[in-house]
Formats: sequence, C-alpha cells, structure tokens
Amino acid sequence: MTRSEAELRQTFLKHVEAVPAGERIKRCIQCGTCTGSCPVSYAMDISPRQLIALFRAGELETIMNSRSIWICASCYACTTRCPSGIKITDLIYALKRTEMEKNLKSKAPQVQLMAKLFIGSLKNLGRLHEGSVIALYYMRTDIFKLFGYVPLGIKMLRTKRLAIFPKRIKAHQSLSRIIRKAQEIEMRHAPEKLEYSPEYVGYRGLGEMKLESRKGV
Amino acid sequence: MIVKYAYYPGCSLEKTQRGYDESVREVFKALGQELLEIEDWNCCGATMYMSVKETVSLAVSARNLAIAEKMGLDILAPCSSCFTVLLKTNRILHEMPEMHRDVNEALAEGGLRYDKTTRVRHPVDVLMNDIGIEAIREKVQQNLNGLKIAPYYGCQIVRPDKTFDDRENPMLLDRMFNACGGESVYFPMKVRCCGGMLMTTFEDTALNLNKDILQCAVENGAEAIVTTCPLCHFNLEGYQGKINKVFGTKFNVPILYFTQLLGIAFGLPAKSLGLDSSFIPLGNKITSLAEAHYA
Repeated sequence: MTRSEAELRQTFLKHVEAVPAGERIKRCIQCGTCTGSCPVSYAMDISPRQLIALFRAGELETIMNSRSIWICASCYACTTRCPSGIKITDLIYALKRTEMEKNLKSKAPQVQLMAKLFIGSLKNLGRLHEGSVIALYYMRTDIFKLFGYVPLGIKMLRTKRLAIFPKRIKAHQSLSRIIRKAQEIEMRHAPEKLEYSPEYVGYRGLGEMKLESRKGV
Repeated sequence: MIVKYAYYPGCSLEKTQRGYDESVREVFKALGQELLEIEDWNCCGATMYMSVKETVSLAVSARNLAIAEKMGLDILAPCSSCFTVLLKTNRILHEMPEMHRDVNEALAEGGLRYDKTTRVRHPVDVLMNDIGIEAIREKVQQNLNGLKIAPYYGCQIVRPDKTFDDRENPMLLDRMFNACGGESVYFPMKVRCCGGMLMTTFEDTALNLNKDILQCAVENGAEAIVTTCPLCHFNLEGYQGKINKVFGTKFNVPILYFTQLLGIAFGLPAKSLGLDSSFIPLGNKITSLAEAHYA
C-alpha cells in the first residue's frame, strides 16, 4: 500500500468512527442490494457495492478518482434495505468528508463547489439564500445556463417566490463562534501520527468488531 | 386541547416555497394547534454540511434543537430535509455521548446548551397520529369528490430512521386524503428519490428521476401529485416544462403540498393556502374544489 493510500485510509477510518454503527461495514456480504436499490447507480462509475469491495481491497484512491460518491443524493434506500444493517449512506458521507478534508481533485468538482457555496451562505447569513447560491454556482460553472434560468426566475417573481435580498439572522455572530469552536474540536480528533502498514487491507484498522445484537438495525 | 409546537420553517419555506409555509400554518390553526416559530433559527445545514464536517454540521443543527428545548416544546419541521437532519442530529447525540459533549462545548460559545429533550416531529406524523383521522374527517367541509391523487412521500420523511410510517410503502397520506373523499392511486414510486440537489449538479440524472415519477403518477391516473418536501416539489413543478422538452412528454400535472390539499378539503380560502404561488395551472377540478366553499 502506498503512503497516500494509507493516509486516506486513516482519514476515512476516523470518519467511520464518528458514524453510529459505522463498523458494520465489516458485515458486508457483497450481495448488491444497495446497488439494486439505488435510483442513481446507473449513472455511477463505481457502484455502492463496489465501493465497499474497493475499500476492503485497500483501493480508496480508486474511489477518490470516481464521481460515484458525489452522485449520491442521500435518499437512504440502500441503508434501509441492507440485510447486514450497514449505514451505506453515512459511509458515503464519510468518503465525501475524506475527499474534502484531503482537498483532492474530484471527478465531480461541481458538487464540491455547491457544498462550499451552500456552507458559505450558512456561515455568512445563518441561512441559505437560494438565489445567490444558484447564481454564483452557474457563474462559476456554466454562465449560459444562468440565462436559461431567467424564465423560471420571472415565474418566481410573479408568484412572489423569489427572495431578492439575503436576510441575516440576528445571532449570526454567535453562530459563527459556535462553528469556529466546532471546527477546533474536530481538529482535536485528527490522528497524530500516520500508522502506515503495507498489510492495511481488509478491515484492519477498524478496531475490534463489536458483537452487538441486531436490534436497531 | 391546544398543543403548541416550536415551528421550524427552514430556508426554503421562507420564500421560494411559501405555499407550504402558509398552508401548514393555516391547517394547524384550523385544527386548534399553535405554532410558535423558533426565534432566530438558523439553517439546518441540509445534506451539504454533512458532506464536509461532522462536528460542525451537528453543532449547527443542534443550535435549533437547543432553542426549542428552552421553549420546552417539540419541533415541527415540514421540510423533509430539515426534518431528517434535525432527527439525525438528535439520534447521533443520543447514541454517542462523546459527540454530545463536543457539540455542547461548541454550543456554549453561543451561550446555549442542549440536554437532548427536544423531539422532532413532521406534520404528517402529528396530523395522523396525534390529531387523528377522525378529527380530520370532522373538519372536512369540501369533499374532494373522488379527486385522484398520487401521494409522493419522497425519501427523507420515512427514511433512514423508521419513524412514523413504513419505509417502503407508507400509507398515512393515502389514508388522509381518502378520508377527505379523494382517491389515492396505485403509486409504486411514492418513496423513490427525486434527486434533490442533483437538479443543479447532475441535471441529466435528476431530470430522468423526475420524469419517471411524473410518468408513474400520470399512467396510474393521478390528477395531481401531493408532496411533503420543498425539494421534491420544486423539482417536479419547476422542471416539468424542461422534462417535457427533453423527453418529448406532455406532462401538465398540478403539484400540491399535502397541507394545501388538506386546506382545500377543510374549506379554507385558496389565497391563505398559497395556491396562487403554483407555477402549473391547478386545472378546473381543483380550482372549483378550492372555490366551491367560498363561492
């Protein structure tokens, strides 16, 4: 295993630990129920089942080079149907966070841009201002598409559904302090040194398998 | 008995989906329930923050839970995305004490603290399980005259946590509108995903998903689709024209929030339910139902 793969694995496992029942990824039987239940798997280059197989094989880099995880709209169809109770949607979130944290070049940069703009609005205003987020998004991806939205914009104006001016919550400073502190706390949990081992494949590094009952699956 | 809820409208309901906000308030008022808007609430973070930072996303949505806790009330969240995010935050804080400690440490910076006593509720749940189908039936002033509807639950109110209805074949909305004299059609796509934000980031995929949903409803004879989520609603309504253009279809299905249709059945004035905010003409049948009572 390469060093970068080991780093990815460590970051991913840290995020898996923060998912309740995240260690159930060990129970995957590769049945493919997740892929079959996913309404967008046909548009993915790596199916949900393959994501888990690749993780086991020590191939997180391959996952990071795909666009699959960013197509997931988190409808939770896979999670509710998984016969092993694996929290697949939450694990995909953990993969997304790994990619964001490592600042990797994504195959679907537009989703990352969307996430950044969305969060920018939240941090700035305390709320989402849909108009400006969508406008900024198209300005940076496809300006011509923005013009295509003019008719819809007019419809929204006519039905009094377009908020032109962003509104800020009163406690935005207090919200910023909360966010800053939470970021600081998150940094605290970052692993200090890299545990780098060439045998780190399969489920190594996931801690002891908890022999929990199936209740709550 | 008057029951009070800490009302969390969410960003979409403020303006772009005002029809949902207005009709939820009207319907709850008609049933004698009081909604007190959470003061200075903030965005729940939706699915976006979860993709970036865990602790931060939980702290951001927990701020709303903490304010509602101070009010001593349960949260009522009509937006499916807000509902799921708030519910999920609650669950994680209950299941992981360390995370609860971390989140409280962050909240303290804003002079807040959350002791995990707030419950998060969705209007469908409250209407059918607390208020009950009998009370709803008593309120009906305008029989829906067999209006055929496809109740579209979307993904986030019945998943991921089993909350108040079946995850594969929920029935509460079907029962609600059958009690009002409507007729829910066979609609196997009722919990299929609409793609949500994919409409912006992976448009082709999202258009395809919405085309399937519209087609399923129309082929089964639905005269309207009833929704519970601002994202589903916007995708099905705002992009119907585009879907017609791309796929050569001729859909012209009115999309209504379930509270709007319920309000019509209660005989509430069309204007107060935000029906004037629809992009797609409601058609003769729904318009006459909405106006009949006040004509």
